[in-house]
Amino acid sequence: MVSLFKRRGGRRDDVPVDVQGRRAVIEIQGVTKTYAMGDIEVHALRGVDLTIYEGEFVSIMGPSGSGKSTLMNILGALDQPTSGAYRLDGVDVSRLSESDLAKVRNKKIGFVFQNFNLLKRTTAQRQVELPLIYAGAGGRSRKAKAALESVGLGQRLNHLPSELSGGQQQRVAIARALVNEPAMILADEPTGNLDSRSGAEVLQIFQTLNRERGITVVFVTHDSWIARHTQRVIMLRDGQIVADAPIAEPLIAGHNERPSMEDEMEAVLKTVYYGGKEEEYT
Amino acid sequence: MFGGFGENVRVALTGLGANKLRSSLTMLGITIGVAAVIVLVSLGQAVETFVRGQFLGLGTNLILVFPAEDSRGVTIRLTLDEVEALDDPLRVPDGLYVMPQLNLTRVAAFNGREAQGRVRGVTDEFPTMRSRAVAAGRFFDRTEVDGLARVAVIGTTVVDRLFPETYPIGQTFRLGDVNFRVIGVMENASSPNPFAGDENDLIFVPITTASTRLSGERDLRGDRPITSVLVQARGEDSISMAAAQIRQTLREERGISFRDEDTFEIFTQDDLLESLGQITGLLTIFLAIIAGISLLVGGIGIMNIMLVTVTERTREIGLRKAVGAQKNDILMQFLIEAMVLSLLGGGIGVGIALSGALLVSSLSAELAVRVQPESILLATAISIGIGVFFGIYPANRAASLNPIDALRYE
Ligand SMILES: Nc1ncnc2c1ncn2[C@@H]1O[C@H](COP(=O)(O)OP(=O)(O)OP(=O)(O)O)[C@@H](O)[C@H]1O
Ligand SMILES: [Mg+2]
Repeated sequence: MVSLFKRRGGRRDDVPVDVQGRRAVIEIQGVTKTYAMGDIEVHALRGVDLTIYEGEFVSIMGPSGSGKSTLMNILGALDQPTSGAYRLDGVDVSRLSESDLAKVRNKKIGFVFQNFNLLKRTTAQRQVELPLIYAGAGGRSRKAKAALESVGLGQRLNHLPSELSGGQQQRVAIARALVNEPAMILADEPTGNLDSRSGAEVLQIFQTLNRERGITVVFVTHDSWIARHTQRVIMLRDGQIVADAPIAEPLIAGHNERPSMEDEMEAVLKTVYYGGKEEEYT
Repeated sequence: MFGGFGENVRVALTGLGANKLRSSLTMLGITIGVAAVIVLVSLGQAVETFVRGQFLGLGTNLILVFPAEDSRGVTIRLTLDEVEALDDPLRVPDGLYVMPQLNLTRVAAFNGREAQGRVRGVTDEFPTMRSRAVAAGRFFDRTEVDGLARVAVIGTTVVDRLFPETYPIGQTFRLGDVNFRVIGVMENASSPNPFAGDENDLIFVPITTASTRLSGERDLRGDRPITSVLVQARGEDSISMAAAQIRQTLREERGISFRDEDTFEIFTQDDLLESLGQITGLLTIFLAIIAGISLLVGGIGIMNIMLVTVTERTREIGLRKAVGAQKNDILMQFLIEAMVLSLLGGGIGVGIALSGALLVSSLSAELAVRVQPESILLATAISIGIGVFFGIYPANRAASLNPIDALRYE
């Protein structure tokens, strides 16, 4: 993983470090993204500064259209910002060639989508092998099997997406995201298409990956109950970060009963309330 | 490298299998084109072999002399006197044998049966010159030719028509008003050939007998006209020399001044092969056009279907790029898919051509159509070439997609 950027000068040594001595994985400064829609310009991001350290478990919240997906796509090297700097593991992503960007997506980032994005007519095992194929890695079937086992799908290796439930499909997608042992997993509303039970399972997987393997996890959610399971909540509004606060006592997935909507809302707002209307959080 | 060649082939086959009808329709053009290419090559070779075989059966190093019209449009027929001049070793030193031929039609009758008899007057040199043999009895000899003998050697078709129940040799039958004795039956001539026509329904008689007793015709100078002269040159190298000597001799005999055209025509086997080659050449061009058009249409079909596939699978391309596919990986994936499509189409074309060749060969014993391994190789190369040529644009289009745009594609 480290060798990837060797020929571009290697790892920078001025990577910020947080109080616990963790290095920054993501550093963005003044990132904007403007879409031209005919004559009008849509400012999806209006200057975002954000640093995420290795091993963090972060959720991003915000009303619809606030720029969460736009931000995630930039963090995932799927899209380029209109302006601003993005350093991933100390490397300036905006200066990378198309080919190196593909390598970053392949080795450094595992991306999980709301709609799973699995290939049709392809078994779970093959889906998970895909990043390994593009990495030119050996021992593909063994690694894919291990990744599927770690998300609890060891018995579903030869199932097609059409033969799996939504939650199982998303777990295949997570196995695919982590099979190349990336520095971080980015997930854009991974539980958005799932019922609450499947959502909790997915959440539990993320928590385990973060706690036991130290993988940095950043995900977008609309669900404040789910956000309370992370260590840090970032609130976006109109393309800007309006709140960024640690969760005092993160919940452990599967250990707590989901409270009523009101209680839940109150609990989040205590930490990240920024003055907007409450309805925006749903 | 490139995400694994085998993986790409597997993905291509899965994709094609999911759209069987569409894939097979797309392959059709290539199939027809490749089949046409193979048929083209194989048939060309078969016809050439066939024609060569025919000429080998004719006898070797033959030159045929025909009368032709002069400048006033009058045909001056060849005569036996001219044949004698050609037979002079001083005037045509490269001629080995010279044989006059006279074609006549007379009613042949035997035992109440009648048939239109095609009579050919020749000399005793006929079997040697034409590499023909008798199946039974014998051919007439020099004495019989000189003696105007009323003997005949008949072809197998004549046996069937006139002597269905009788052993023909020794029988006497009527030809016009003259009685002839059958002394031999010719061996079956393999098939009609362009040099001599169907020879199985011929009745061979000595030319002397034919021109006196059967025809009795004389030209203005009192010479007996004949139909043509067949000359055999000494060897393959002396054919053109002999042809030139024949031409010189006949021009002298006929007193043609240097300004005037020949009043006769000289054909060698090479001339005939050449004109036949022109006919087969035309056939070749025709088939080549069909093959070319089919391959072009097939190629465009592949390009079209690949563009559709790329559009349909835009999200898949986006996902592959999101998990780390390089531009080259996507390019190869779709290029290989196009090549698998064209190779499958080509393979089916080879199969069709092979079974077609078997069919033709089983229908006609003469035309042995064999598919050369070279033409299969050629077909494979053409298929791959078409896959690459027409697949590169759609594949490149897929490879150039931006990952996020591709993922968001509806
Ligand atoms: N490709 C695009 N072209 C034009 N405008 C876009 C494009 N993508 C996003 N936008 C606009 O950018 C803004 C931010 O969009 P984004 O998808 O990031 O929102 P979001 O926070 O993810 O919303 P949601 O919660 O509904 O997913 C929106 O106003 C959207 O209309
Ligand atoms: Mg979104």
